[in-house]
Amino acid sequence: MPQTAASLNASLASILDAGSVLTDPSALAAYAIDEVAPGAVVKPASAEQAAEVVRFALRERLAVIPVGSRGKLNIGNAPARYDIALDLTALNQIAHYDPGDLTLSVDAGCTLQTIADTLSPQKQFLPLSLAFGGQCTVAGTIAAGVDSPLRQFYGTARDFLVGAEFIDGTGTRVKSGGRVVKNVTGYDLHKLLIGSLGTLGIITRLNFRTFPVIDGGDSQSATFCAAFADAAAAIAFRQKIAASVFTPDAVEIVSPELGRIFAAKNPSAGGPSSVALGNWFSPEHWHVVVQCHGTPEVRSRYEAALRESAVDAGAKTNAAWPAQSEGYQSSEFGSEARTMGAFVNAAPRILRAASPGATIFKIAQLPAKLPALFNALSTVADEAQIPHALFARGLGITYFALLPLEPSRDAAIAQLAPASAKIFAACAAQSATAQMQFAPAQLKRRMNILGPERPDFAAMRRLKSAFDPHNIFAPGRLL
Amino acid sequence: MRWPAYSEGRSRRRYVNRELIRELQSLLGAPAVLSLPEELLMYEYDGSIEKSPPDAVVFPSTTQQVSQIVKLVNKYDVPIVGRGAGTGLSGGAIPRAGGVMLVFARMNRVLSVDYENLRATVQPGLVNAELTRAVEHAGLYFAPDPSSQKSCTIGGNVAENSGGPHTLAYGVTTNHVTALELVLPDGEILRIGNAQGNPLGYDLCGLFVGSEGTLALVTEITVRLCRKAEAVKTLLAVFDSIDDASETVVDITARGITPAACEMMDGWTLQVIEDYVHAGFPMDSAAVILFEVEGLREIADTQAAAIAEICMAHHAREVRVARDTQERDLLWKGRKNAFGALGRISPCNYVLDGVIPRSKLPQTLRRIAEIGRASGLQIGNIFHAGDGNLHPLVLYDPRAPGRTEAALAAANQIIQYCVEVGGSLTGEHGVGMEKSELMPLIFSEADFALMRRVHDAFNPHANLNPAKIFPMGKGCGEIRVRHTGGHPAPPIPTNLGHAAPVAPKPNQPVARS
Repeated sequence: MPQTAASLNASLASILDAGSVLTDPSALAAYAIDEVAPGAVVKPASAEQAAEVVRFALRERLAVIPVGSRGKLNIGNAPARYDIALDLTALNQIAHYDPGDLTLSVDAGCTLQTIADTLSPQKQFLPLSLAFGGQCTVAGTIAAGVDSPLRQFYGTARDFLVGAEFIDGTGTRVKSGGRVVKNVTGYDLHKLLIGSLGTLGIITRLNFRTFPVIDGGDSQSATFCAAFADAAAAIAFRQKIAASVFTPDAVEIVSPELGRIFAAKNPSAGGPSSVALGNWFSPEHWHVVVQCHGTPEVRSRYEAALRESAVDAGAKTNAAWPAQSEGYQSSEFGSEARTMGAFVNAAPRILRAASPGATIFKIAQLPAKLPALFNALSTVADEAQIPHALFARGLGITYFALLPLEPSRDAAIAQLAPASAKIFAACAAQSATAQMQFAPAQLKRRMNILGPERPDFAAMRRLKSAFDPHNIFAPGRLL
Repeated sequence: MRWPAYSEGRSRRRYVNRELIRELQSLLGAPAVLSLPEELLMYEYDGSIEKSPPDAVVFPSTTQQVSQIVKLVNKYDVPIVGRGAGTGLSGGAIPRAGGVMLVFARMNRVLSVDYENLRATVQPGLVNAELTRAVEHAGLYFAPDPSSQKSCTIGGNVAENSGGPHTLAYGVTTNHVTALELVLPDGEILRIGNAQGNPLGYDLCGLFVGSEGTLALVTEITVRLCRKAEAVKTLLAVFDSIDDASETVVDITARGITPAACEMMDGWTLQVIEDYVHAGFPMDSAAVILFEVEGLREIADTQAAAIAEICMAHHAREVRVARDTQERDLLWKGRKNAFGALGRISPCNYVLDGVIPRSKLPQTLRRIAEIGRASGLQIGNIFHAGDGNLHPLVLYDPRAPGRTEAALAAANQIIQYCVEVGGSLTGEHGVGMEKSELMPLIFSEADFALMRRVHDAFNPHANLNPAKIFPMGKGCGEIRVRHTGGHPAPPIPTNLGHAAPVAPKPNQPVARS
């Protein structure tokens, strides 16, 4: 049972090489999740070593949290227990790539950059590329359940993750799905790993279908932006696109408040070109950013059709209609947001930089119901006197941020807690589903990131017990 | 009501008793309960080669009734199997050994259509094609289109995670389901997912879709609707060699062209289809590929031209383009009625559903041909080439001695080869009881252990669709896994109720008239 740090490290070092076990307190601090540091960090060299660590943790009833590049660990509840950080970045090989089949199998710790570098010579890509940058590990990206603007066209990981290998809570290496693009052999357990935040299993390998690049040969992407007086007009534009024969890669809706933050040329968005991008947004308007790809012929049809729909929906001015030949890059990363699409995609980072107490909800709602949702959300924030901003993906995923100005952390939490409860209630009242995606640890200790008990939580708990009977994986992080 | 006599010599004891039948009748009304042997005959088979009758069939009209039936039947400790239209190809909708069959024929309505958000909520008994028919006036359709779409139900599609020719570009059933209402094996009614479709928390819909009726009965389904493309082009490429045709598919895939559909048929199969459908297929080719490309007209034109060029580069004899909807429909009629056509010429055919990496298509088709020659059996090929989902059809006459065994042995060799080249057992038909004994080719005992815990998390007493998916580890009258060459699969100890339904129940009176 609970061991001293020294005995824990000695035990772990007997499983792995001593060099794979970190004991230095400053090293442990770098693995802290919501201000909780682990008792030890282990960096296994193989999936089998990782399984040995899990079996050790199981014997000792220690809590294990898998980590990758550690960029998204603040998604999830604060851990109830956190004994071992299982760092999977040493599992970083491309296990199998069949360009002719458009299938890819990669180790958990492979970065999105490594994947992009592997796929791009074959003119292929994985539509996760944009999630949070190239240094993210693929398993962390999947377990965090993050999406990208390209989901409009390519769907989310559940649409292109075709199989997985992972370690379950009994310390056993198991698999689900396969390496082929179509497969109904056995339960689709790998889908459950998406957004599971490390609570169901330790992912060691993931299999994907890949896609031909957007920008290649004649085909290039283009981004358009239109400005509207209110949310209803912006959504009306979105609805016109949805009712047309056009199938853009991305449709992103930016609230005036977020436009104001963008226009403030927030340095966290990156280097000089982001300043120019920020200028596209005005604090008075709702903006809709649309990306398409295709031959020059196709792109010009998009431009004409989008312009017409935007004007029909009441777009404020044609001047707010920049078009550029670069959109969301499919296979490139960089710290600087060089394109409009990447700029909008950096919004969570920009929002969190804008307020230390930034609390961002991810909300699933049908697109035509977004005006009512936006209205309800801003009413809650306004009543609580908390500044707010939002952006929404065209298919109905809204990121709503509360941006408290309170300099005192306690005062900010006192303001955020009741407002957050009201946001969950407002979403439930409109049959929308919400998750607190980013929030200060103190706030998450007061409420679950999925909000009050939902009817489906019991089924989720049953699954958690099936995967992890002794609750050793990331306890408390999801439910 | 007369309870059917317990037939002499029947190896299995039934344990649906008169009391249960009476209770079901009072719950649902007598017309909604069948229990006479002649009434049950229609329900003893599905589209697979298995046969196994239920002891009673019930027709609920509401979710509440489904829940009540489940609770009532549980009281008698009798297994339940759900069924849509019974077109499944893996024995998923017939019982392993008796029990109550719950047929969703009366729950067949479109409950609502949300045109603004492109969603429809339907009952499980709705026939797949009926949904498209209900929304096509608005230019919409439901994308998963199994060949049986004129009779199969959406509930069945959800259970099996069905595919179809057009799922190549648009995804299979699971990619189109956003929310479900379920009745769990204890009778609890549960809603999972949300209309928008992005799960927050575990992706429960992702698990339940394709769980083959072993975790819950689905009583309501919310699906995405798709908008019809501006332009559709249908091409038929005719080849003098199967190798050329399969190399064409490899090349098209590798170049990143994703047609809406890419269906291949070999020359022998084509002749059979043409005799039946008169779609204008060539009678003397080695293979044809039916392509469909969709999108903006510029995209459809470009893709059609690129595909035609690739076909010609691989020595296609000709590439025909359907000139109008009528021609297009005729080509598809040929494809979708293929199985019916084959039924005319052979007493039995066994349809496989293996999946392979698309880059392995040419060698796999050559191997299938070899297996056919060695076994002396005709094996037709008509399949979803674009996603590597093969449907070899092994034709045989079950009355001829040894032919059934030969067909099953050939089928096993083909499936083993699919697995060897990195593929899988089933792409869209499901495991059911037809392929359960093949599962050890893919999964280890450790994999089964976790799947079993997931099964038991929802269906701990295995009262719902018992003895499916998981290998039973021993024969059930028809052992079809013959591990040629390899080691035999280890027996899989199981608590999935495999033993329970077939074992006599001392406390259950055996019903007799």
